[in-house]
Amino acid sequence: MMDEKYLQSIPHIDEIAHRGVFSGVPEKITDTFQNRSREKNKLLPSLEDAIQATGLRDGMTISFHHHFRGGDHVINKVVDALARMGFKNLTLAASSLAAVHAPLVEHIKNGVITHIETSGLRGELAEQVSRGLMDCPVVFRSHGGRAAAIRSGELHIDVAFLGAPSCDPYGNANGYSREEGGTLACGSMGYARTDAKYADQVVILTNRLVQYPNAPWAIPEYDVDYIVVEEDIGDPKGIMSGATRYTKNPKELLIAQTAANVIDAAGYLYDGFSMQMGSGGASLATARFIRQMMLDKSIRCRFALGGITGQITAMHEEGLIDRVLDVQSFDLDAAHSLKHNRFHHQIGATYYASFLSAAAVDQLDFVVLSALEIDTDFNVNVLTGSDGVIRGAIGGHPDTAAGASLSVVVAPLTRGRIPCVIDKVNTVVTPGEVVDVVVTDQGVAVNPRRPEVAERLRKAGIHVYTIEQLKEKAEALVGVPDPIRYLDRVVGVVMYRNNTIIDVIHQIDES
Amino acid sequence: MELKQTAMAGTMESSDIMVTIEPKSEGGIELELTSSVMQQFGRRIEEVIRETLQGLGVENAAVNAVDKGALDCTVRARVSAAALRAAGQEEYPWEVGQ
Amino acid sequence: MEKRYVKDRLRRSMMFVPGNNPGMIADSRIYGADSIMFDLEDSVAYTEKDAARLLVYNALKTLDFGKKEIVVRINDLASGLGVKDLEAIVPAGVHVVRLPKTDSAQDVIDCEREIVRIEEKHGIPVGSTGMMAAIESANGVLNAREIAHASDRLIGIALGAEDYVTDLKTTRADGIELLFARSMILNAARSAGIAALDTVYSDVNNEEGFLAEVELIRKLGFDGKSVINPRQIGSLHRAFIPSEKDLQKAYAIMDAIAEANARGSGVASLKGKMIDRPVVIRAQRLIALAEADSAAEEE
Repeated sequence: MMDEKYLQSIPHIDEIAHRGVFSGVPEKITDTFQNRSREKNKLLPSLEDAIQATGLRDGMTISFHHHFRGGDHVINKVVDALARMGFKNLTLAASSLAAVHAPLVEHIKNGVITHIETSGLRGELAEQVSRGLMDCPVVFRSHGGRAAAIRSGELHIDVAFLGAPSCDPYGNANGYSREEGGTLACGSMGYARTDAKYADQVVILTNRLVQYPNAPWAIPEYDVDYIVVEEDIGDPKGIMSGATRYTKNPKELLIAQTAANVIDAAGYLYDGFSMQMGSGGASLATARFIRQMMLDKSIRCRFALGGITGQITAMHEEGLIDRVLDVQSFDLDAAHSLKHNRFHHQIGATYYASFLSAAAVDQLDFVVLSALEIDTDFNVNVLTGSDGVIRGAIGGHPDTAAGASLSVVVAPLTRGRIPCVIDKVNTVVTPGEVVDVVVTDQGVAVNPRRPEVAERLRKAGIHVYTIEQLKEKAEALVGVPDPIRYLDRVVGVVMYRNNTIIDVIHQIDES
Repeated sequence: MELKQTAMAGTMESSDIMVTIEPKSEGGIELELTSSVMQQFGRRIEEVIRETLQGLGVENAAVNAVDKGALDCTVRARVSAAALRAAGQEEYPWEVGQ
Repeated sequence: MEKRYVKDRLRRSMMFVPGNNPGMIADSRIYGADSIMFDLEDSVAYTEKDAARLLVYNALKTLDFGKKEIVVRINDLASGLGVKDLEAIVPAGVHVVRLPKTDSAQDVIDCEREIVRIEEKHGIPVGSTGMMAAIESANGVLNAREIAHASDRLIGIALGAEDYVTDLKTTRADGIELLFARSMILNAARSAGIAALDTVYSDVNNEEGFLAEVELIRKLGFDGKSVINPRQIGSLHRAFIPSEKDLQKAYAIMDAIAEANARGSGVASLKGKMIDRPVVIRAQRLIALAEADSAAEEE
């Protein structure tokens, strides 16, 4: 038998072992695995129990994901419970917020929520924030910027409340399940992975408890503290529809065709390329023209990244795309593919786009992105509408624009009477330094930083305008708009992907 | 131009403007404008409405306009159509374009 | 006198735009159609004829349509609306008036008389405004030759198939029902030295059917076709672009001609074959089409 004295005689023993001598094991559990998972697990009877168990206190930060989009019931349900329990002065850090979160307005007015961090805001909450609802400005971060801020501690999450369409009794959670059945699916839970990994306490809200092990999982059990079964965590119809349909809008199709021609002419459509498509009508439709060009050239795409749609997974199933890296599934077809195709991988926000890591966005050849406004310095706004009111989300816009070798921003030259190419965007979200080409229905402009791209387009017979010429074309059609009036008060702070402040959003002046 | 009845022209579709004109005996042009692009173009739309009515010799009227982002040429066309209908008149001073 | 229209130009596509739809009118220039046709006739409800007329009038006066040919389809004169339409659009600067339901040369002459009157009234040089006639009845088809020769202003004649097949007591099918009309209209147009334009293909989701019809009319010799959806324009134009091989051959023919001229010889040959005059004319047309296409793309 080893004793202390003997141990000390072993050279370097203090450097290689730290916990002393073996002193026996706890009593072995002999119950069946099935009984064990029923009786000794992380399940708590109610959301209130879970909230109490986390030790949440006033002034702390809670987080949520937005994989349920407009169908999310988790945020409202949790914040309602927090309000009932008397919590105050909380920071709500969501990966994004949608129009369905309008009830937060009341919880802001009554002091439950005093600060918000998000990728975007829409609907009534966005309207109210733009009109000065909150004392502390809302912080807007890109998906990559948020992941970086969480890891660095700039955004410290005390408790994450994460909705999951499947979870086992120990917390292995996912946006779908390989078990049969289930009424809810959101596909990838990429953004939630970061929260689960770094939050001090993690509560999973699931409508579907499945047997251990719920493999594959998006979130591993070791990142999960408590599980609550809630019948209603979201509305399937609001979460995703069958398939994102290609637009039939002739203007969007025209823009998409031009964008595909631009990518080809610029030299980024070669055998083995990589790509990301935004989810807007024109950017999504670009995939359809890219597909035809790939068939014509007999080339394949090595990987498609990002928010994934049925269009991308159809190309994957057709053998045109080798690998799919999915941080967020946009429709049921994409979710179905994630479940069934072994080269369709779920990735987290950090892996997707964090500037603190070697991220997947850095391996992109091209990305096609939408815009609300583009200015003559190529700065892009995807956050505030032409009336100055917040109505969008940063998403991965600056992350992918910076990472991709060729960033293509698509927009109609005018929306109704509103020009989209203007002197100065209302809010800079993505700086012109990382925007390479602007494609509109009435012409293409190339950032002067990329003269070689302009040259290649010209050689391919694509007319290249200056961005100023596009602006003038828009003005000739609709006239020069009067500027939006703002008050001095700042209601939002916009972070670039490295979490430096790139712009601020002011309260609108309605006087 | 003498207005005889209340008349309407245009639609609520995007890029259009719906204009209703009601005859008045005095008080000039009373304009009530709502627009999806009020901040940026409200001033300009009002200007075009007033110019168009002046060009047609309409001096007193209550005008209600609901704009959905119409261009100047559309505003002119809809105001003219509503005014002609209100006057029960078909003749219009067509002019040569540039 | 400076005319508003060019008789001989590229007319692969003539895009229909409903005359009472401000959004579509504003966007009409972006789709690359060779001609844009604002419609005051069938796409406008009877109670909105006045509003559409004012809308197209103001759009023509204000909007910039680049180098596009601007056509307006008026209502037929018999309806009483046609002359009112002309009163508005002729001063507004329309390039070409499209006359619907043309049954005889007299219809063209009657319309031209009104145009002359309006041009004179506004001090516009008489003859500035172009015309085209749409033939939509058995009578019109049988009178196609006289119609095509009825006015110097005519830039072309077009087939309007929906009314025509009804008149024939048949319906639109695989194209056999239009064989006679298309042949008549094409020959009439060529005998007058003007353009022959085919009818619309209304099933916009049937790309295959559309392309088959385009191929048919291209082989027959038509200059182009009316389109109702902008999505049809790209494939229509591509079908009319000469293949690179044909184009190279045409350039070789023209080079051989130039070389023979330089030698002072009236006889040119290519690869040992003498080049006939029709071969030269076809080569010239092919090159003109390709160049016009790249010029249209540049715009």
